[in-house]
Amino acid sequence: MPREPEEARGDFRPTADWPLLRLRAELLKKLRRFFDERGFLEVETPILSADVVIDRHLDPFAVEVGDGGSRRTMWLQTSPEFAMKRLLAAGAEAIYQVAHVFRSGEQGRLHNPEFTMAEWYRRGDDLQAGMQLLGELAEALLGLGPAEPISYQQAFELYAGIDPHAADIAALAEVLARHGRSAPESLGPADRDSWLELVLVELVEPELGQSRPQILYDYPASQAALAQVRPGPPAVAERFELYVRGIELANGYHELLDPAVLRERNRTNNQLRLADGKPTLPEESRLLAAMDAGLPESSGVALGFDRLVMLSSRANEIADVLPFPFDRA
Amino acid sequence: MPSYSTSEFKKGLKVQIEGDPYLMIECNFVKPGKGNALYKCKLRNLLRNTVLERTYKGGDSLDAADITEIAAQYLYRQGDMFVFMDNASYEQYELTAAQVDDAWKYIKEGTVCNMMLFNNNPISVTPPNHVILKIEYCEPAVRGNTATNLTKPVKLETGAEMLCPAFVEMGELIKIDTRTGEYIERAKE
Repeated sequence: MPREPEEARGDFRPTADWPLLRLRAELLKKLRRFFDERGFLEVETPILSADVVIDRHLDPFAVEVGDGGSRRTMWLQTSPEFAMKRLLAAGAEAIYQVAHVFRSGEQGRLHNPEFTMAEWYRRGDDLQAGMQLLGELAEALLGLGPAEPISYQQAFELYAGIDPHAADIAALAEVLARHGRSAPESLGPADRDSWLELVLVELVEPELGQSRPQILYDYPASQAALAQVRPGPPAVAERFELYVRGIELANGYHELLDPAVLRERNRTNNQLRLADGKPTLPEESRLLAAMDAGLPESSGVALGFDRLVMLSSRANEIADVLPFPFDRA
Repeated sequence: MPSYSTSEFKKGLKVQIEGDPYLMIECNFVKPGKGNALYKCKLRNLLRNTVLERTYKGGDSLDAADITEIAAQYLYRQGDMFVFMDNASYEQYELTAAQVDDAWKYIKEGTVCNMMLFNNNPISVTPPNHVILKIEYCEPAVRGNTATNLTKPVKLETGAEMLCPAFVEMGELIKIDTRTGEYIERAKE
C-alpha cells in the first residue's frame, strides 16, 4: 500500500510534545535562577575549539576548517570544561554555562550525540563543597529530597558484594556470572577498569537513587579523568556522580591542578585509544597553558540537562524531551 | 565475510554467532560515566527459536549472516517433508515439519509464502498475514446468533483446528490472521 504523503514526511515533526517542551523551558529558567541567586556568572565559551578533552572512551566530532596552508582540525566540545577552567585561571570566582555538546557514537535511550549540558565551577570548593552544591541543585530542581552521599566502595559492597579497590578481575567476572550477566568476550584480562564499569552498569547503577538521589564518590584512582587523586590506601579519585532512579545525571571533580599529572594522563589515554583502534587527540592545549600559569582550587560539575527533564517528567527516552533527536536533526 | 560493527547494531540485523544465524531483536546502548560504550543485545536464533542475551563493547563486531528471503509457493506434502517452489527460479525446496512450524495450519497448494534462506538453504517459511480457508467441518450454526464472543471449534481444509464464532457454517470460507491465529471475518473469494 503506498504511504500517505503525510506519513512519509512525518519526520519533520518534533518527537517531544508541547507539555514537555514547556517543562524543559521551565527547568532551564529554574536552573538559571538557582545559579543567579548564588552569585554565579553565566558564561558562554566556544563549542568549536582547537582543544579537546582526551578521554579513552569519549569520541569528539572533528571539524576541518580553513583551506590550503591554513587547513586544520578543530573539535566540537564534549563538554565546555577546558574553556571554563581557563576562565577560572583568569580570575573567575563562580561560573556556569548551559551549552550544547557533542559526543560521536553515543545514541540510545539515554544518549543523543548532541545534547545539552549544564556545567559549573566555584573557586575554593573541595570535594565536600562540590557535592553539597550538586545536592542542593538536585533538590531545588527535582524536589526529591536531599541527596545522600555513598562511596564507590560502599555501593559495590552493598549491591555487588565486593570491594572495588581490592577485587581482582577473576572476582569481578565471577560476581557478574553469579548474577547471570554476560560480559563482552573481547573484554581484556588486564583491563580492570572495564570490568569495574561492567559491574557498575549491571549491578550497582540500577540500585542507585531509587528512594532518593544519591551521589557516588571516591572513584578508583585509575578512573580519575580530570579529578585530583587523594592518597590512600586505597588512593581514590575525588570524583562524584549524581544518580536519580538508576540514571546517571551529573559528573563532578575536585579539579586536578597539576599540569604534569594531566600531561601524563593525556599520554596514557592516547596510548589506550591507540590500543582500542581509535585516533589519538592533541595532547597540548590552552588548558595546560592555564594550569602552567596556575589554576585555583575548585570543584566543577557537568549535568545532563536532557536527562534532568526526563527525570522531572518520567519520560521514557531522551527523544521524548528533545524537539529533534539526532535521526531528525 | 561482511560484518557489522557495534555502531551499526540495531533491531532487525541478521548476524551469525558460532555458526548459527540470529536476528537482533533488541539492542540497548549503555555507557557508564566515563566508561566503555556497551551494547546489551537480545538475539533470536533463527534455527532453534531460542533467545540469547549478549553484551558487546564499543568496537566489537559480529559477522553478517547470509540470509535471503524469497517468495515461495507451497506445492505439496510428502511424508514429513513440505515441498515449496521458488517463484522466480522454479527451484524446489524441501522443509521439515519443524522448519515449517505453525505455518502448515494456514497453507494449501498454491499459497505463496515468504521463505528465509541461510547460506542458500531454507530455514523457515512465513505464510501471508491473511489467508482465506474453507471450513471442512464444524457443528451446525446456532440459529439467530450473530455474537462473535460465542465460539466453537472448527476444522479447516488444511487439517488445522481453531476457534470461530458460533455462527459460521461448514463449507464456508473464512479470513484468518496468521500472526495471531484468529478468525477475522467470513470471506467470499
